[in-house]
Amino acid sequence: MSGGGIRFDHVSVAYDGNTVLDALDLTVEPGEVMALLGPSGSGKTTALRAVAGFVRPASGRVFLGERDVTGLPPHRRGIGMVVQQYALFPHLRVEENVAFGLRARRVPRAETRDRVAEALDMTGMGAYARRHPRELSGGQQQRVAIARALAIRPGVLLLDEPLSALDAQLRSGMLAELARLHRELPDVSILYVTHDQVEALTLADRIAVMDQARLQACGTPQQLYRAPDNAFTASFVGNANLLPVTVRTDGALLGETELKLDTQGAAPGATATLCLRPHLVGLGDGPGPNRLTGTVGEIQWRGATHRLYVDVDVAGHRVMADVRELRDPPAHGDEVTLHFAPDDAVLLPAGVGAGEERR
Amino acid sequence: MWALFLLLFLPLFALPLLVVLGASFATHWSGVLPSGPTTAHYASATRGEALQALTTSLVTAVTASLIALAAGTWAALAAAELRKRHRKALDALFVLPLAVPSVVVGLATLVAFSQPPMLLNGTRWIVIIAHTVLVTAFAHQSVSAALTRLDPAYEQAAASLGASPAYVLWRVRLPLLLPSLTAAAGLCFALSMGELSATMMLYPPDWTPLPVLIYAATDRGALFTGSAVAAVLMAATLLVLLGVSRIRTRASYR
Ligand SMILES: Nc1ncnc2c1ncn2[C@@H]1O[C@H](COP(=O)(O)OP(=O)(O)O)[C@@H](O)[C@H]1O
Ligand SMILES: [Mg+2]
Repeated sequence: MSGGGIRFDHVSVAYDGNTVLDALDLTVEPGEVMALLGPSGSGKTTALRAVAGFVRPASGRVFLGERDVTGLPPHRRGIGMVVQQYALFPHLRVEENVAFGLRARRVPRAETRDRVAEALDMTGMGAYARRHPRELSGGQQQRVAIARALAIRPGVLLLDEPLSALDAQLRSGMLAELARLHRELPDVSILYVTHDQVEALTLADRIAVMDQARLQACGTPQQLYRAPDNAFTASFVGNANLLPVTVRTDGALLGETELKLDTQGAAPGATATLCLRPHLVGLGDGPGPNRLTGTVGEIQWRGATHRLYVDVDVAGHRVMADVRELRDPPAHGDEVTLHFAPDDAVLLPAGVGAGEERR
Repeated sequence: MWALFLLLFLPLFALPLLVVLGASFATHWSGVLPSGPTTAHYASATRGEALQALTTSLVTAVTASLIALAAGTWAALAAAELRKRHRKALDALFVLPLAVPSVVVGLATLVAFSQPPMLLNGTRWIVIIAHTVLVTAFAHQSVSAALTRLDPAYEQAAASLGASPAYVLWRVRLPLLLPSLTAAAGLCFALSMGELSATMMLYPPDWTPLPVLIYAATDRGALFTGSAVAAVLMAATLLVLLGVSRIRTRASYR
């Protein structure tokens, strides 16, 4: 079917005058996996439904490849879609569910049979062809839903929180399977909606971060992780310490403490947010110039690591540090020193989320 | 639970029915209980005039239920596309025949179909039409209730797989509605089998449904014969309903 990716061109959607998707510009390249990551209510599903044709944008256009599909009804779009509750047809057997799209398109019978078998094999559900959906577990229903969407050989596959109904163990297994499926179908563009950063980081070539109806950032997982453009992205993609600082010519001032880091051209004297990944913060004096001293507010043993919450400076800011498991961990109230390398700190524009930390 | 159920059920539902059943086997009824027992009434209740009336009732009820089901479903499907306010208005319109005495519905049907070009007065069709009008309300009501409960995710999944709206209707929506449709059909059938007041206004001599016969029998004092015919009516209705509910259990998936 129509390969060639997805393009949102300034797409806005409103319900009863409430804008729930605000001028989204986003391109999913052919064969790319794009994760749409954001908290609940941020407009991810709405964006996906605009591609599928179930909501009509108030303004803007949606393209599939070169084709403008904004005014096209859903059944003419040739898109594969898997939703959270799977929506398998309860009155049809597994094989009939998978054959549904092919029958609706009047694909010849022999070819339908082959393609159903192929889609079921690809998802490992070949042995369950004669069952009804109610006779399957959640994970199996999930596979059938994917097989059903793939049987029509869509150029674009939309997945809306497909793993949220599964338990944690099944979820990581399905993640690996989805990655394998994508390797087997390298031409299919996938738009993957999730609120779970692990899913996004594992699966996606690029991540689009959404919050409050707007696209906040878009980039590869590495880009967003190492150099987020804003505090929201920093805290939503991975854990982050976000601390308010004042910019200096060759560093920044956190309370009374001078820190050396790359200011990336920020004007001296301006306020900014310092983003520090907890696993890049070390315990002890360290070799570099940057040290923070404070008292241990809380310490958690997490098997391979210890997580320390250290109250630095007078303003009561708390820094989270993930360090390799300690033989002799400090106790609550102990005075400790933390360090980090100048290259591991990122300065972000001051604003939302400063001082917050996510666990 | 069971004891309470029986305590409420027996006097309320079972007793009147048991009385009819008892009377149908009786020769006299002077004490608390009828005396008898005889099957003579049943012999006459399953022959000749009564048998004819039973067929008449069955044909009328089946025809009226099927037409009502088709019309009610169609209307409910069409209404589902409307805005909420218009849908409410249409729903109310369909319930209207239930709010007026069925005699009025009978009278209205008589007036409406007594002039050319729609001269159906004196034919079996006028009875069937009146029954259809009466039971369509129920069909529409149950189907539109089922429609609002239908998860739109199914239709949307079907549409995303490339199914046109007509294909979605036949292959997804109607099959998913089937349990409600058969329930509605059963209800319509039972109502039509027992309908008397509108029928009295309309029935031609060669199309006498069973309730009319029962009424005539009790009216002229043949209480026991009437009871036997009524028991036959109940048995026939029950048989058909059981058949319908068998379809229903096979059609319910969840
Ligand atoms: N059919 C609808 N009618 C009114 N508001 C809606 C509808 N669908 C979604 N919304 C609102 O739009 C916002 C975004 O919803 P959604 O796209 O589902 O978010 P997400 O998928 O990111 O959780 C939410 O505030 C939600 O309440
Ligand atoms: Mg959602």
